[in-house]
Amino acid sequence: MMVSVEPLLRVNDMHVSFETGHGSVRAVDGLDLEVRAGEVLGLVGESGSGKSVTLRSITRILQPNARVKGQVFWRGEDLLRMSETRLRAVRGAEIAMIFQEPMTALNPVLPISLQIDEALVAHTTLGRAARRKRAIELLGLVGIPAAAERLDSYPHEFSGGMRQRAMIAIALAADPALLLADEPTTALDVTIQDQILKLLLRLVDDLGMAMILVTHDLGVVAETCSQVAVMYAGRIAEAGPVEAIFYHPRHAYTHALLNSMPDSSAARVALKPIPGQPPRLDRPIQGCPFVPRCTWATPPCESRPPIVTVGPGHVSACTAAHRLPSRIVPA
Amino acid sequence: MSNPGDILLRAQDLKKSFSVPRTLQDALQRRPRRLLRALSGVSFDVRRGETLGIVGESGCGKSTLARCLVRLHEPDSGSLTFEGEDVLALSGPERRTYNRRVQMIFQDPYSSLNPRLTVRQCLAEALSVHRIVPASEINARADRLLDLVHLPHEAANRYPHEFSGGQRQRIGIARALAVEPEIIIADEPVSALDVSVQAQIVNLLLELQNELGLALIFITHDLRLVHHIAHRIAVMYLGGIMEIGPTEEIFASARHPYSRALLAAMPRLVPGRRSGAVAVQGELPSPLFPPTGCPFHPRCPMAQAVCRQDVPGLDLRGGLWPAACHFAGSIEEPTPLPRPRARTPKGV
Repeated sequence: MMVSVEPLLRVNDMHVSFETGHGSVRAVDGLDLEVRAGEVLGLVGESGSGKSVTLRSITRILQPNARVKGQVFWRGEDLLRMSETRLRAVRGAEIAMIFQEPMTALNPVLPISLQIDEALVAHTTLGRAARRKRAIELLGLVGIPAAAERLDSYPHEFSGGMRQRAMIAIALAADPALLLADEPTTALDVTIQDQILKLLLRLVDDLGMAMILVTHDLGVVAETCSQVAVMYAGRIAEAGPVEAIFYHPRHAYTHALLNSMPDSSAARVALKPIPGQPPRLDRPIQGCPFVPRCTWATPPCESRPPIVTVGPGHVSACTAAHRLPSRIVPA
Repeated sequence: MSNPGDILLRAQDLKKSFSVPRTLQDALQRRPRRLLRALSGVSFDVRRGETLGIVGESGCGKSTLARCLVRLHEPDSGSLTFEGEDVLALSGPERRTYNRRVQMIFQDPYSSLNPRLTVRQCLAEALSVHRIVPASEINARADRLLDLVHLPHEAANRYPHEFSGGQRQRIGIARALAVEPEIIIADEPVSALDVSVQAQIVNLLLELQNELGLALIFITHDLRLVHHIAHRIAVMYLGGIMEIGPTEEIFASARHPYSRALLAAMPRLVPGRRSGAVAVQGELPSPLFPPTGCPFHPRCPMAQAVCRQDVPGLDLRGGLWPAACHFAGSIEEPTPLPRPRARTPKGV
């Protein structure tokens, strides 16, 4: 796999807050992120860590009460300052998105053919017959058998896995360079999840796309992603190559999270949970947000630890980075 | 009182179907109501003090089974015995006693607790309905239950909405424990919780089981979790048990092609392990139109003509534990797990 040096997408000090009746909630709090062509970046975190909000901020599809600050450079242009017209040409064409629940993301009263066609009309110059041919091609590409016959089906006639495939076909219509996938397999069964993840990996390789995969499942990250960014309370805890994160975590949160998972070598012994709860986001957090639950915390953690390089392509915002032991992962 | 290891609950050939409302098209064509076959003859034992894991994908009947075991659904046929006594024939006070001894905890602690009762009222209700302790001792017992699930005594006077998901699941467990059950049926008890909180609840269940000698029926789609917690597992597919046996052995060398596919599809916590090969093709069939013969045959890589015609029974077939596959006896070696995807290690 060729990985070029210049990032395709670069998120710079992004802040996202939501104005609510009870004050302001900070969902993303100073986030930096880079994605290069051909990379699969896993954005992993527990609920409320800001991973989906990050993804939605990139294409500006957040609710109206969201305030987004910072910069999101896409091929040198700032998406956050782009005109709505220009953004519409990028969104769907260069950056496409798939969602967790295809039944709500697809239009239930339109056949799949029309929904693929909408994307083709918007982002290509193909004529009617060529578009239909392309639509059949796309359904075949995502592994829908008898694509020509299934093309005029409605979403409710598809199973969950088939709907997710149809949504991927729509996303691929304009040959995007980056695919944003928001928990695409969370609602699916494990054998179907396996099929969809392998499909996505094949498409990434064959079409030379990059992908950001948002998930809470560390197993999915381990097996699918080349790069990982671990989020906690709206910030990046650490980011780096997948092997580095799993074998040599350099943030106390990642370390604790990986150690809290059941592992096959020691059945029926007590797991090592992370005590406590994630912090509330409606109050300002001074230092490292993980301090109240952290067993490695020291006084310097009370002021926000900067993100520093801890290994090749590996960054972490943890003062304990070099005190954390490496992990032995059973093969 | 029986000993640990004695069979406590035995299900034999449990069947359950639901009739599905007719669609307009069905009504116009005068077709009869369709039957959704949720359980197609399920048999297993649960021993005192053990954890039986029930795994399977959506629609395999695992939740219907849980509900049949506590008679939230009445099975259509088959038998269910508790310490040798026919559960399905119980009524009145005997049935209430059975439902005290076999308790259920649910996936969603947000909807399974009454939002208008404080934790104390909720526990007191369970304690007084089953007359566990005299009214004067209810408060003291509620405090002891909160100790058991590691919640502070102050929690007793608060309402469910004031707690986080993990704490609410603790309340659900305390409520189930209030009536001193011998079996707890846990239907996806941690699926709605974050990973770091899941571990807290799993530890609590393990600890309570050791202290109180409970039998646990743990229903989940999370294979990693069931591997950790269960002594034995039953793998379900489309209303039937495909394989039932000791957890370690099944994880090491499953006998049924479906169990093997399920285990191969499970994402492991090992970076770069995923191969390009899909664990199993195809989709789950609809329980409204189950395939003839073996329910797995349309997706099975080794299906033969016999699989399309005859339903394989859950038998030993020359192995150490039963498997419902015509070829379970002739499979020598389990298919190896997919090889790691070639990827240059970076930054290690």
